[in-house]
Amino acid sequence: MSEHVAADVAIVGGGTAGCSTALHLRWRGATVVLLERGQCGGQASGVNYGGVRQQGRDLAELPLARRSREMWGRLAAIVGSDCEFVASGHVKLARCAADMAELEAYREAVRPYGLELELLGRNDLRTRYPYLGEAALGGSLCAEDGAANPRLVAPGFARAARAAGADIREHAPVTTIEHDGTRFRLRTAGGVEVSAATLVNVAGAWGHEIAARFGENVPEDVTAPNMCVSEPVPYFMVPNFGVCGGGFYVRQIARGNVIFGGGRGIAERERRRAYPVAATSLDASRQTIALVPRLRHAQIIRTWTGIEGVMPDDLPVIGPSRTTPGLVHAFGFSGHGFQLGPAMGAVLSELILDGATPTPIAAFDIGRFASWKR
Amino acid sequence: MESPQFRRLAESDRPRIRLVIDGRSCEALAGDTLLTALLTNGRRLRSSEFGDGPRAGFCLMGACQDCWVALDDGTRLRACTSFVAEGMRIVTRSDVDMSAPGRPERGTAARLGGKARSAKGALK
Amino acid sequence: MNDRAPVVIGAGPAGCRAAATLAAAGLAPIVLDEAPASGGQIYRRAPAGFTRHYRALYGFDAARARRLHTAFDGIQGSIDYRPDTLVWDLRRGALHCLSGGRSREVAYRDVILAPGARDRIIPFPGWTLPGIYTLGGAQIALKYQGCAIGSRIVFMGTGPLLYLVAYQYAKAGGGVAAVLDTTPFAAKRRAVPGLLSGGSTFAKGLWYVAALRARGIPVANGIRPVAAEGKDAAVAAFLYRDAAGTQRRLACDALAFGFGLSSETQLADLAEVPFAFDAVQQQFLPERDLAGRTPVRGVYLAGDGGGIAGADAAELAGERAALALLEDRGHEVGKPRLAALERALRQRAGFRAALEAAFPFPAELAAGMPDETILCRCEGVTAGEFRRAARALDADEINRAKAFSRCGMGRCQGRVCGPAAAVVLAAALDLPPERMGRLRGQPPIKPIPMAVAGTHE
Repeated sequence: MSEHVAADVAIVGGGTAGCSTALHLRWRGATVVLLERGQCGGQASGVNYGGVRQQGRDLAELPLARRSREMWGRLAAIVGSDCEFVASGHVKLARCAADMAELEAYREAVRPYGLELELLGRNDLRTRYPYLGEAALGGSLCAEDGAANPRLVAPGFARAARAAGADIREHAPVTTIEHDGTRFRLRTAGGVEVSAATLVNVAGAWGHEIAARFGENVPEDVTAPNMCVSEPVPYFMVPNFGVCGGGFYVRQIARGNVIFGGGRGIAERERRRAYPVAATSLDASRQTIALVPRLRHAQIIRTWTGIEGVMPDDLPVIGPSRTTPGLVHAFGFSGHGFQLGPAMGAVLSELILDGATPTPIAAFDIGRFASWKR
Repeated sequence: MESPQFRRLAESDRPRIRLVIDGRSCEALAGDTLLTALLTNGRRLRSSEFGDGPRAGFCLMGACQDCWVALDDGTRLRACTSFVAEGMRIVTRSDVDMSAPGRPERGTAARLGGKARSAKGALK
Repeated sequence: MNDRAPVVIGAGPAGCRAAATLAAAGLAPIVLDEAPASGGQIYRRAPAGFTRHYRALYGFDAARARRLHTAFDGIQGSIDYRPDTLVWDLRRGALHCLSGGRSREVAYRDVILAPGARDRIIPFPGWTLPGIYTLGGAQIALKYQGCAIGSRIVFMGTGPLLYLVAYQYAKAGGGVAAVLDTTPFAAKRRAVPGLLSGGSTFAKGLWYVAALRARGIPVANGIRPVAAEGKDAAVAAFLYRDAAGTQRRLACDALAFGFGLSSETQLADLAEVPFAFDAVQQQFLPERDLAGRTPVRGVYLAGDGGGIAGADAAELAGERAALALLEDRGHEVGKPRLAALERALRQRAGFRAALEAAFPFPAELAAGMPDETILCRCEGVTAGEFRRAARALDADEINRAKAFSRCGMGRCQGRVCGPAAAVVLAAALDLPPERMGRLRGQPPIKPIPMAVAGTHE
């Protein structure tokens, strides 16, 4: 009693990248089946901090990030909701002279990519963000960066993709994937058989498993961003703040809750469980109070974490398979894939339908791990 | 004085405690929780952040978390599980009403096009 | 590791008996309780300086309360008792507790969870107005603080607690305006055969109703709440429909309501105890056997935190779980005592089921909640917003609905709105409530200050 489904493209993974790919493929008339083991957006796409950020990225990611930023600004038109995206600005804070130098160098390096950053000195911080503590010496502001609600984005793309005719299956773990010489054949735990000419591997922290099935072994590790949220406090903090070195990050949403993170939780990839760590939460809390002293009376009401796939060079794997025509990879976003998700749909649909994408992705080629042995 | 919510039926023979509520000098009894101290002097503990008016506690057993109050120095106390202390200064009216016009908008539901609930919410 | 002290979380009836049993076996348990004194909710001990006698505080249960307090006081020399201590996080082998502004990590090998329960409510329009409390809350005001929650009080809801609290108020001179029960009289009459197995508990229930009527207090069955009306930002009247469907209005300055109890299950969830939907209680409950063992080695569950069975059953369950822990550590335990405990627990379970049938949770009130009703009082989310958000993004279970609507994201982590929200969602999706899943526990299980100093031990 199995169901057979044939499509142009099979997508494995219902995070933002996968759901955006499904939507973009439907716009161009391809038939799509997406298989998600749990719920769309239930893993990395949904558990992250919510920063929508170009600043701070490796230069190789900037074209992709800039393309994605353009889409963030049109999210309501694309998926029917802005998913609470606010271009509140992202400020990366410097706590010593070396940090400031790093920010200055980065500003110069990203200018050719069209990204404009504003350097802020101590007085600028005092004037604009008088609530910051003494340790902040300066910073770099990217006015067009901001944050969104990660719980809404992948489900938003999933809904839009469904409305556009994509066949999106949740609670559908994939048990086998094969290629019969012509098409990919997948089977789910529930007995659904899917065949497709193209397979998109957007399986996040489990993307390496699918790659391995086709002879492409890559060293994908996992990390778990330890996240905390406070009770609502009167709204005062507009930008999304980070620090040089990336140790922790904090932002406040319009309703008043302050979301902050830093350090790692525990990710158990095989069991698909993740746990925030009490000591890490308390430590991040102390750092947040040191940065924003007026939060010292607020209360933490919830902590969480999730499983994110990490590559050793902190760059994702994106691009066609080196071994199998028709297989396309996009996984291992190393803890900073949230902002890139929408553009991944555009890029992957171009790779699939046009054979190429105008957005440079050579730096993410899976071939860079060709000499890596398990 | 504002009319009180709670009425003492027993145990009134206890030492008096002075406290200040929203700048007003008030009295309570030693052994009162902060909730009892506030509600024998009035009918509110705090303002709801989201526009439905004042709150005066609910479960009295530390489960609902609806009775967190602020002292004037910013300290947060759960009123039903904290005892009143001599000289406590409590603020029950926030100086920032999260529901006021111009305040940042409501969250998810409004974004999805749901009708905005009137700031007054419950029947008044 | 055999000599690591067992941990008991909760010092209510179950926790106290568990601690006493372990202490008697020489195990010196660590007892962690959020309250400043033992007794839990039902046998809450009065603050220092209060003078009412046990009879006035605990009524028919005075002797039980005295015995429990005395027993727990008597073991102070052989246990490590830490009151005013909140266990806010728990994982395999370690828990984190907050006391005096300081968080400590406590390693454990065995833990007995006895966290108890809270009132179960269904929102109705106006329920967040000042002056409206749970039945348990109204009882605590009287028992623990000697206060009535108002001068002219309506008691509403269903369950034995409705009558008990109303009676306690009437006896104390507390201005009871009316007792309004959502359960139709016919349902109670049908349940009598089952209730008779409860012996004196059943008799007490009848006695309270008679005593209320004798004082001229109206008692109505089969009512439906309509709304609470406010004046000057506090409750001034309660509107309801009587059994005949006629809308009535009662002036009042306070209202106490509730529909039975809900188990506190967050720590069991963090301990990764599997849950199953309990049809009688209409709640997902952590799995445990009659001995109090959960499927997780080293984690035991006793009392109302594993399913509502009342204070007497909690004492028995606390002792039984402690004996299970001792058995599992290789101690000799008397088989006759085990058998007697389990026999008594089984009997009480039967009575409890009959009570639920006599005072059913009126799920239809939740399903039919008007859109403008605030469903989540922490976040100010209305039932309408919840339904719309769930539908807008195809939420098929409660955690997604929470993520999309914010219902359950506030300080109480869904303790208050959770049971009703599950019914609202199920009705909106036209599915049974058990398909909605349950709100997952996340640390901290109650709010903790950001400015907490941390240590390990």
